[in-house]
Amino acid sequence: MLKINNLHAKLEDEDKQILKGVSLEVPAGEVHAIMGPNGSGKSTTSYVLSGRDGYEVTDGSATLYGEDLLEMEPEERAAAGLFLAFQYPVEIPGVGNMTFLRTALNAQRKRRGEEELSAAEFLKLIREKGKALNIDADMLKRPVNVGFSGGEKKRNEILQMAVLEPKMCILDETDSGLDVDAMRLVADGVNALRAPDRAFLVITHYQRLLDHIRPDVVHIMSDGKIVKTGGPELALEVEQNGYADLLSEVA
Amino acid sequence: MADTAITMRQVTPDIAEGGDADPALSARLDVLDLPAGGFTAAARKDALARLRAVGLPKPRDEYWRYTNPAAFNAPVPDPIPLAEQGPDSPLFLERKRLTLVFVDGAFDAAASDDLALEGVEVGLLSTADADETHWSGEIYGRLEAAAQERVARPMAALNTAAARDGVLVRVTGQPSKPIHIIHRRKDESADVYYHHVIRLEPGAELTLLETGMTGARSNFVAEVDLAEGARFHHITAKRAGHEKLGWGGVFARVAAEAVFKSFTLSVNGTMMRHEAIIDIVGDDAVAHVAAAVLGDANRGPFHHDDTVFITHSAERCESRQVFKKVLKNGAKGIFQGKILVEPGAQKTDGYQISQALLLDEDSQFLGKPELEIYADDVQCSHGSTTGAIDETALFYLRSRGVPRDRAIVLMVLSFLADALEEVEDESLREEISDRLDAWLTRHA
Ligand SMILES: Nc1ncnc2c1ncn2[C@@H]1O[C@H](COP(=O)(O)OP(=O)(O)OP(=O)(O)O)[C@@H](O)[C@H]1O
Ligand SMILES: [Mg+2]
Repeated sequence: MLKINNLHAKLEDEDKQILKGVSLEVPAGEVHAIMGPNGSGKSTTSYVLSGRDGYEVTDGSATLYGEDLLEMEPEERAAAGLFLAFQYPVEIPGVGNMTFLRTALNAQRKRRGEEELSAAEFLKLIREKGKALNIDADMLKRPVNVGFSGGEKKRNEILQMAVLEPKMCILDETDSGLDVDAMRLVADGVNALRAPDRAFLVITHYQRLLDHIRPDVVHIMSDGKIVKTGGPELALEVEQNGYADLLSEVA
Repeated sequence: MADTAITMRQVTPDIAEGGDADPALSARLDVLDLPAGGFTAAARKDALARLRAVGLPKPRDEYWRYTNPAAFNAPVPDPIPLAEQGPDSPLFLERKRLTLVFVDGAFDAAASDDLALEGVEVGLLSTADADETHWSGEIYGRLEAAAQERVARPMAALNTAAARDGVLVRVTGQPSKPIHIIHRRKDESADVYYHHVIRLEPGAELTLLETGMTGARSNFVAEVDLAEGARFHHITAKRAGHEKLGWGGVFARVAAEAVFKSFTLSVNGTMMRHEAIIDIVGDDAVAHVAAAVLGDANRGPFHHDDTVFITHSAERCESRQVFKKVLKNGAKGIFQGKILVEPGAQKTDGYQISQALLLDEDSQFLGKPELEIYADDVQCSHGSTTGAIDETALFYLRSRGVPRDRAIVLMVLSFLADALEEVEDESLREEISDRLDAWLTRHA
């Protein structure tokens, strides 16, 4: 499904190379985790994949279902099925959560040539999805993420994912800042979406989340590259020993 | 009394008495056919004297530094093709309302509803001024004159002297529907002056809606006198078109426990200046002034100036100024807002925010907030910001599939939201927001 090959990216305005040859492949139906020290380029990878300004791809490729992601506008990538749950979800004062999500969903559907949802259909959908994530009507009425606690923001990301039903879901540290119960809600939300035609790339620092969302493959990123790929046991190893041993081993 | 024109020649001796003739003012007045007025006669004469004393606005005047008054001072405006007018703004047309139509500043009875609304006495300056007395005589030109004691406002004095029409509305009850004034154009060179007087008796309520476009150049004054506990909402949507030149001033006096709220939507216009001068004179009163301005200079210059002066002279009053300008293609926005708290106006709660969203690097915003406080137990704050579209938020919206243009519209609406919040009535607010959305979408 998602194929990243030798991806190199630098900052647009600075001579600073951040991604130095990332390669990985996530087949449909699988959950992959990316772990790695702070500043190793995990978030940057997710931004470059979703098309954020400020980065320049200097080499390599990234495709979704064989389509060149890097050539598309961010909204086209979304319609193609890519979703990024942000490490730091953005507050947008004045734009209601519902308006935002309905606009997003219908824009995606329109782009894919599907029928748009009416206000009533959408309301039904979002109520149902919100309920599972413990997001009440009051939160939905508020402006996007404004006044949401850290954990509420993360739950809101998962709600958006549940409503948009993307094919390729990237979760950037969705577990950070979550209490134990919220973590379970988020994990349940993700697990409910698991499907043979959907894949997940879960960026995390902790084994905790991976206890709930069992990954098929774990990648270790360091200094802008995937330096090691293995099974779920790799995450346990990181949890117990940190990165030092692992990284010296591959160096 | 018939309209007896006072021509320049008749009034020249006054200038001679003043000693210092202002040739620009003479030229300006020369082309005007000033009405003598009936019940307004004295007010008109006083206004003319005030105007002579201060002269036309000059670029060195404190409140004219950022807005070149040349176009307001010119004897006649350049004509604007009528094609700019188009149909009436669709705003408010579906509501229950009392509609009053003005064409180039003159009341059009045939196009208007009967002047009947329960709890309201609706009159017109054009007809009432034939009489020597009228209830509005205590207000016409008087609130305007009082405001001139602090800062000279020559355009307002000119209006009091020159206006022939406008509504004279006295409200004693709580009418079931708003009054809607629609402005239309007929003469492409019209230089329009109109003057409203609005008086709300104790506990009375009124919503006044105003839409449309008037004149090649327009000059309006609204004097609003609110008695104890009255509630007045003034919602104006100016669809100025690209070549519009206009000055307007609202002069309000707000008594105890009364509420004054105004919201102005301005879309385009070459050179616009709106002044709001509000005197809060009774305890526990509230005055809010808000504006949302959209300026795109792609078809010629855009300059929009809001100048506000709110005076607190009573206790426990609240004032709010919320001004938002969205500027594009080299458009220029100005905000000059003052809060004056007089000695003894304790527990004043004054708030002011002016913000500009610049959609490109050529556009410009100048904010000049002023606080002058002579009471010790008050809470006043002001802020002014200028910013571009938040790229992070834009990316967030796009990453969810919202197309770039739509995302920008959502963000512009979100930027304007605080100003729109000042429209208290939810259905009015939604209607305006929907119109804005449609307009922004068309012009994305
Ligand atoms: N816009 C930017 N400007 C300057 N430096 C940047 C920018 N974006 C990324 N970087 C740098 O690139 C490196 C990788 O950052 P990135 O956010 O991808 O790390 P990460 O692996 O997600 O880290 P963490 O685990 O702390 O979230 C860091 O050194 C970061 O400071
Ligand atoms: Mg990160």
